[in-house]
Amino acid sequence: MGLAKRIIPCLDVTAGRVVKGTNFVDLRDAGDPVEIARRYDEQGADEVTFLDITASSDQRDIILHIIEACAEQVFIPLTVGGGVRKVEDVRRLLNAGADKVSMNTAAVQNPDLVAEASAKVGSQCIVVAIDAKQVAPGRWSVFTHGGRNDTGMSAIDWARRVEELGAGEILLTSMDRDGTKNGFDLGLTRAVADAVKIPVIASGGVGNLQHLADGVTQGRADAVLAASIFHFGEYTVRQAKEYMRDQGIEVRL
Amino acid sequence: MPAGTIAVIDYGMGNLRSVSKALEHVADGRSVVVTADPAVVAAAERVVFPGQGAMPDCMAELDARGLRQAVIDAAASKPFLGICIGEQMLFEHSEEGDVPGLGILPGQVRRFPDAAMAAADGSRLKVPHMGWNEVTQTAHPIWSGIAQDARFYFVHSYFVVPADEALVIGRAHYGVPFTCAVARDNIVAVQFHPEKSARDGLQLLANFLAWRP
Repeated sequence: MGLAKRIIPCLDVTAGRVVKGTNFVDLRDAGDPVEIARRYDEQGADEVTFLDITASSDQRDIILHIIEACAEQVFIPLTVGGGVRKVEDVRRLLNAGADKVSMNTAAVQNPDLVAEASAKVGSQCIVVAIDAKQVAPGRWSVFTHGGRNDTGMSAIDWARRVEELGAGEILLTSMDRDGTKNGFDLGLTRAVADAVKIPVIASGGVGNLQHLADGVTQGRADAVLAASIFHFGEYTVRQAKEYMRDQGIEVRL
Repeated sequence: MPAGTIAVIDYGMGNLRSVSKALEHVADGRSVVVTADPAVVAAAERVVFPGQGAMPDCMAELDARGLRQAVIDAAASKPFLGICIGEQMLFEHSEEGDVPGLGILPGQVRRFPDAAMAAADGSRLKVPHMGWNEVTQTAHPIWSGIAQDARFYFVHSYFVVPADEALVIGRAHYGVPFTCAVARDNIVAVQFHPEKSARDGLQLLANFLAWRP
C-alpha cells in the first residue's frame, strides 16, 4: 500500500458562479462554488480545481474572494487556473488560500513564467495545463486560447520542457475528448505520463466510472479530473472511489 | 496579545493562510496569529512552523527576517509544530542545495532516490511525492483519535532521516520507507500537510492545540 490515485472534481467559475451548474439535490444554491467545493470535500474528493473562465479582467478579483472563502471551510488542496499571466497573479492566488496555481496559454507564450514562478513559490505550487489535440497517429499538438490556436508544438515535448522549467505537475486535457463523455485519450495520457517524472492529471472526456479507472490503469495518470459526472449527480466522488478500489486501484476512502 | 495565542511563523514562504485557517477551525476561539515578529513568537503559548518551497530559500528568508533565534527558542520551550519544510529545517543538513538546517534535531534531509522510484507495474513513481499516503503511527498524543494508517496529504521531494530512531513517530512508504513524523519533548514535526488533510488533518491540529508535553 502507498500513495493513492487522486480524484479531482473541477469547477468552471465565472462571475462568482459555477457555470455548468450542478444537480446536488439538497444544496440551497447549486451554483455557489464554495458550497459545491464543501460538498465534494465531504464526499472524499482528494483535491478541488477551480477554473476561472472569466473573460473580462475587471472580474478577475472575484476568484480571489471565492478562494478566500473556500480556504476557511475546505481543508483539502485547492488548485486554481485561468487568466494567470504573471508571477504576481500566482502570489495573489496563493495568498488567498490556493495551494496550486495552474497556467496554460501564458506558459506557452512565456515559458520563463514557469521557471520564475516555480523558483519563487516552489515547484509544488506550479501546475502547467496542457490542452492537446491529436494531429497524426501518436502525435498530439499543444493548443492555446481555449483550444483555438495550434502552437504546432508536440504535447510530449512541451510536457518535458515544462518539467525542466520547474513545473510540479501537469494537467493534461484532450481537446478531442473534452465534453464527449467517451473517456480520456488514453494514448495521449500514457505518452505524457511516461515522458515525465512529475505527476500527470488526466482530463477531458469522462462519461462513466470505468473511464476514471482506465485513466489510471491504462493511461498511467497519477490523478483523474472530471466535472460533469459529479456536478449532475450521476455519481458521487465516493462511488467513483469505491469503483476504482474494486478494480484494484489504491484510493483514499 | 490574548493568553493562549497560537503563533504561525511567517518568513515569507508558503501558504500561511491555509495553515492559520485550519488552526482557527479547531482553535475553539483561541487567537491564531500569523507573525514575523520574534516578540510575538516568544509570547505565544504555542508555535507552528510551516514551510513550502525550497529549503535553501526558506533558510535564507528565516535569517533575512531575523527569526532564526525565535524558532530555536520556541522549539526549546513550548509546544512546537513543524510542517513540511518546517520539519526539514529542524534537522542538521539538507541535500537540497547542500545547506545546513537549524540543527535542533539530529539527522539529515534526503531526496527520494531515483533508482528506487519504480512501481510494481513497471511505471515510474513520480517525484514530487504528491497526494494522500498512509501513515504508520507510533504512540504519541498527536495521533489521538486518528486511525492507524490514516492517509495524509503530502507534497515533497525530500524527507528527513533522523539520526536517532527514538525521534520517529510516523512512517510512510513511497519507493522507499521514510520518516514522516518526528517528536521530542515539546516538539512534534510532520512532513505531510495536516491543514490540507481533511478530517484527520484537523484532528491532528486539534490534538496539537490540546497537547501538554
